[in-house]
Amino acid sequence: MDLQIALLLSQDGIVNGAIYALLALALVLVFAVTRVIFIPQGEFVAFGALTLAGFQAGKVPGTLWLLIGLGAAIAIVEVVIAMRSGALRRLTSALGWNLGYPAVAAAVVFLGEPVSWPLFVQVVLALAMVVPLGPMVYRLAYQPLLSASVLVLLIVSVAVHLTLVGLGLLFFGAEGSRTPAFSEASFEIGGVVVTGQTLWVVGASAVLIVVLYLFFERSLWGKALRATAINRTGARLMGISSTQAGKLSFVLAAAIGALSGILIAPITTVYYDTGFLIGLKGFVAAIVGGLASYPIAAAGAILVGLLESFSSFWASAFKEVIVFTLIIPVLVWRSLTTRHVEEEE
Amino acid sequence: MEQPVILEVEDLSVGYGKVEALHHVSLKVRAGEIVTVIGPNGAGKTTLLSAIMGLLPIGAGTVGFLGSTPREIEVERMVAMGMTLVPEKRELFGEMSVEDNLQLGAFMRRRLGHRDEAATMGEVYSIFPRLKERRDQLAGTLSGGERQMLAVGRALMAKPKLLMLDEPSLGLAPLIVREIFHVLARLRKSGVAILLVEQNARAALQLADCGYVLETGEIALAGPSSELRDNPRVVESYLGFGGKH
Repeated sequence: MDLQIALLLSQDGIVNGAIYALLALALVLVFAVTRVIFIPQGEFVAFGALTLAGFQAGKVPGTLWLLIGLGAAIAIVEVVIAMRSGALRRLTSALGWNLGYPAVAAAVVFLGEPVSWPLFVQVVLALAMVVPLGPMVYRLAYQPLLSASVLVLLIVSVAVHLTLVGLGLLFFGAEGSRTPAFSEASFEIGGVVVTGQTLWVVGASAVLIVVLYLFFERSLWGKALRATAINRTGARLMGISSTQAGKLSFVLAAAIGALSGILIAPITTVYYDTGFLIGLKGFVAAIVGGLASYPIAAAGAILVGLLESFSSFWASAFKEVIVFTLIIPVLVWRSLTTRHVEEEE
Repeated sequence: MEQPVILEVEDLSVGYGKVEALHHVSLKVRAGEIVTVIGPNGAGKTTLLSAIMGLLPIGAGTVGFLGSTPREIEVERMVAMGMTLVPEKRELFGEMSVEDNLQLGAFMRRRLGHRDEAATMGEVYSIFPRLKERRDQLAGTLSGGERQMLAVGRALMAKPKLLMLDEPSLGLAPLIVREIFHVLARLRKSGVAILLVEQNARAALQLADCGYVLETGEIALAGPSSELRDNPRVVESYLGFGGKH
């Protein structure tokens, strides 16, 4: 290996690491606020990429049917709950969101002509279709289990993951998609070619991380999410509903996932089940941060990215094995250095 | 003139599983009044406050607040209506700064569209100057007394109509207890209704207008504090042999 190869591999590693970092942050956020280990995070990556690819191919993305289906399912649940408790007043806004929003999305997709729109508008539209799936999944799968144990929530996560992968296959089909790069520019730095897309991925990830940091440090809702993560009872006593905090954390996780997918779509071919492996690597990074520390998780993500790209050079058949094996020394190290706290619930 | 009733608990029963922790408890708190609930450990005092706040499901009975009697008591809704609880464990946000903790105290007010947070924070800082000195410090690094000040300050940020406190004197030095009680007396003057659960019966009965004695989940005695202070049973069980005061 010479320096040039090392630089190339590092570049690859950092690009992937940036994506893993975003996913790791989303996983830490969701776990801290809701105690859900969000295995379906990766599905949002795939859905984001495939939705954008669908628009660019002039097809109606399967996301639309997911949006309509989940919306209808929630509407049914809400109606049943409202009829049982007699509180029909609250029904209007729930129905408006869960039936109205998918209807608006359908109107835009069918009446408009997304294939002819500029890339930026297509990206926004793809996000607008994928992000609401986050809170919808929360409403259906997790909200009824507000006080369940971490283990129960984990089992539900596995089920949600398998369901979403199946639905992904149904709606997007088995073939993969790749989207054109955001920018065709490329530069040569020190003998290594850096593509515009690389800069887009790293730059967008960095900007997103800064935005998230400011959100958590400065905004009232950001602080409310942190408060819920630190002390749920305390947060409830301030009037911060655990359900709303949970929903918001799922909105953020879905947005981060979808955006990650859109960013990597020009670099790798994305299939309906591609997200799972990407999400798992984000999970390894999140574990490095103990599912609690954002900066350590982000650093862990870069480490995972670098480890992956270098091991694909030396032992490409084992690259996944090597990456996932990282979890063992990390867990040993964490179990030796951190005080173990029994789960209270 | 009688002040309006802020909180009216009627016939409240709460159980954990099959064990009933509160039986048919009724009590009333009026505006500008401090009402104390005293009683031994395990009598159900914390359960009472949790049930009123909506943290625990109610078995039977009603909780009327500001003239309305919600069928289902939800914490968020009670907070929005102007009820605040300072819990026994304080439940502060330890990894956040003192100022962030205070800001979150006004979370519901902000959501309801009130924009007077800065002024309220100024008032809290003038009540507890110590908090102002420590505004950038993490809540988890405060001393016990400062934590209690922060818990009370955070509750005040919500500008409550009813302030409930669960054992505010627990584990605190007498000087700080006096300071906190002094603050409660000041709040009463401004028209806030206060429901104070205390083990320190002597201090509580000195401060409060009315008192209830809760024993094994039932109201054993009730009346104006001055009467309770002279009641031989209260003197024997809760005020000790040291005389009336």
